[in-house]
Amino acid sequence: MTAYINGTGLISPQKTADISGFLNDIVQHQADYFKCIEPDYKTYLEPLTARRLSRLVKMGITTAKICLADAGCSIPDAIITGTGLGSLEDVEGILERIHDDSVPISPTPFMLSTYNTISSQIAIQLKCHGYNSTYVHRSFSFESGLMDAMMLLEEKSAANVLVGGIDEMVPNHHALIRRLGHWKMNPVDNLQLLAYKTPGAVPGEGSGHFLLSSQNNEHSYATIRGVKTFYQPESFEESKDQILNFLASSGLNPEDIDIFLTGINADTEFDPIYFRMAQDVFPEKPLAWFKHLSGEFYTATLFALWTAANILKRQEVPPVIILKYKVQKEVRNILIYNQYRNVHHSLILVGKK
Amino acid sequence: MPRRIFVTGLGIISGIGNNLGETLPSLLESRSGIGEIKYRREQLIDDIPVSEVKCTESDLFTLAGIPFTEGFSRTSLLGIIAAKEAWSHSGLSHSAELRTGLISATTVGGMDKCEMYYHDFLTNDQRIIYIDTYDCADSTMKIANALGIRDYLTTISTACSSSANAILLGARMIRSGFLDRVVVGGTEALTKFHLRGFNALRILDKNPCKPFDANRNGITLGEGAAYLVLESEESVKKSNKSPLCELTGWGNACEAFHQTASSPDGIGAYLAMKKALEISGSEAGEIDYINAHGTGTDNNDLSEGKAIEKVFGESIPKISSTKPFMGHTTSAAGSAEAILSILCIIHEMILPNLNFSEPMKELRFIPVTKLLRNVSINQVMSNSFGFGGNDTSLIFKRC
Amino acid sequence: MEELINKLKKEVIEQLNLEDITVDDIDPDAPLFGEGLGLDSIDALELIVLLEKNYGIKIEDPKDGKKIFYTIRTMAEYISAHKKA
Repeated sequence: MTAYINGTGLISPQKTADISGFLNDIVQHQADYFKCIEPDYKTYLEPLTARRLSRLVKMGITTAKICLADAGCSIPDAIITGTGLGSLEDVEGILERIHDDSVPISPTPFMLSTYNTISSQIAIQLKCHGYNSTYVHRSFSFESGLMDAMMLLEEKSAANVLVGGIDEMVPNHHALIRRLGHWKMNPVDNLQLLAYKTPGAVPGEGSGHFLLSSQNNEHSYATIRGVKTFYQPESFEESKDQILNFLASSGLNPEDIDIFLTGINADTEFDPIYFRMAQDVFPEKPLAWFKHLSGEFYTATLFALWTAANILKRQEVPPVIILKYKVQKEVRNILIYNQYRNVHHSLILVGKK
Repeated sequence: MPRRIFVTGLGIISGIGNNLGETLPSLLESRSGIGEIKYRREQLIDDIPVSEVKCTESDLFTLAGIPFTEGFSRTSLLGIIAAKEAWSHSGLSHSAELRTGLISATTVGGMDKCEMYYHDFLTNDQRIIYIDTYDCADSTMKIANALGIRDYLTTISTACSSSANAILLGARMIRSGFLDRVVVGGTEALTKFHLRGFNALRILDKNPCKPFDANRNGITLGEGAAYLVLESEESVKKSNKSPLCELTGWGNACEAFHQTASSPDGIGAYLAMKKALEISGSEAGEIDYINAHGTGTDNNDLSEGKAIEKVFGESIPKISSTKPFMGHTTSAAGSAEAILSILCIIHEMILPNLNFSEPMKELRFIPVTKLLRNVSINQVMSNSFGFGGNDTSLIFKRC
Repeated sequence: MEELINKLKKEVIEQLNLEDITVDDIDPDAPLFGEGLGLDSIDALELIVLLEKNYGIKIEDPKDGKKIFYTIRTMAEYISAHKKA
């Protein structure tokens, strides 16, 4: 099964909301975590609608609209969202006063705290009555949505599926997860990220939408040739086999991969998996990364998919993503490989249309 | 010919029983699980009744067959108990040839512990192990680890239709050939977060809920977990078992109307039921019983009722909402009610819509109010609708 | 009363997040729901929260909101009649 990517929309810590550019004006962040560069939502949302939406939901609706406009599609047949954590801002607001029964809880944050709010708000905005679902499984959230979208196309129950991923970071949640040891202890410079030889990643955030279609057209960026997730591999060898089998199921071998785009995130504990995989399976193939631009979050691979789609369409590789071995020839296939703390692993194979 | 999907195992824990064996007599005797909060007093608000699982945390560890360990939310424990029951009920064993998945649903994940320890989280390290139980994936991972499932897992959250969508996705993954067997369902513990949140929306009844009644006054929340095992025909043949029933239809549609209200004509519900009938290849007249979403709110019951009338025209099947038995278990409601629907097929019965007394004047039908036995049921439709207008219908068929 | 009406306008704007609306835009005698500001059922619940939080007034049946929140003036009248001394 092949799905065409016919539109994209992305808000990230880089200037990606403007689709005319492609990582040619890199934003430097010196911080504990990388925050999104947000557009003026008034361009995308009526004030009466916007007033009751939290930041996350505004981001989601906006990237959905950017994506649909890019694809020249007014209403998709289905809407799917992946979010690892949903609207943290709304949940934390409620948790802070949950035990004080004398303080009334407002209905709006409760309503927005529901994980499916983004998908359903997009549907409300578009008046889209089609299939609608939300995946909430850490770093499988976005990939589960992609797999569902590909199945809908294959079943022919949809011709155009709007699929997205979205996560935000807020100060309290950042502090909690840092205490678990998952984040770096001190602020970093994203453009020097690999110089910090310490355990822990650096969080970011983002909202991205893609219009997946069974039809190739003048808007098409690239194709998704396959998506796979695998859980808690028992060894490095098992992960390696998963990757080789995944390529084989698309009739490819490692030689066919032009860029190995990985989730390297400067965590000294888990990055070695990527470096070893690159060396063992894709020797001398261009090795790329993106989390110095996006930061780490459960749906971070949306940034990688957006990057891969743009590379394949423009045949232009932003130097900032390349770690090793320059791209010398036409880019036909990009393999995105992500793993979060060696528990949730995912693969997305993106091809030239 | 598209691949067929069979149900081969069920597992359930709710306010009316800790397993399938305890659930059936409660159903036959019209025993509701709704009452005053006893086990989770810290969550009580304004004397609002709920349907609790009648277990302390230590009881749940025993039922789950695991020694007490820090880091388990009530949501996870409920999920492990019901999923393990479904697994053994189906007689599944691990197989290298068959691809096995877990699709679990929850709306607020491990919120039951997080809301209790949130202040600790921010100020000290005492409860640090529970931080990671906050999200929705934690309970799914704990269930997958308890069952030894690694081929595929994911978590769905579409509010009160979450586990119906888990069943729907499981069916599609078998039909597409991606999986051979899949454990599908949902788990949800009662939380103060939900109680206060739903209360802020002013839709909690101060008395046990009475769906489809003219004087209905809102939801009664419940907790529980329910899982089904779905298998492909090839997988069923390999193990030589006789399936419980077949899952033939599923439909997912969106109201696209309002974040917390259903449209007056129930367009989402209508489309979901229509799609389910279409996939099933069934005529509306072939449905013998509808296990309605029937929450007991003004809005849902009217909107769902109108949609049912539109789909079924003059020949409306027997209908009941079983929410008065186990309360509204939110994310778990879809799979819990799918199980009750299947029990109706197996035991040739139709479950009563408890607490009903006065018909709604806007609707042409009234629900079944007394248990019906010895009724032949071939096809059952189970409806699950959620905030945000995420509506899903499923059809199960005798086989 | 006029003082309460002005205070209430500010509080309503804040509670309902009516960013682009100023105190002068709200006519105290114009209906809040339906046409007018375009408020809906969730706004009605937010106004119930406002009354409880800022004035200690609890409204048990949300259906009563329809009358109480008809206009800013009816709201102000209800508050003066029910405010705890």
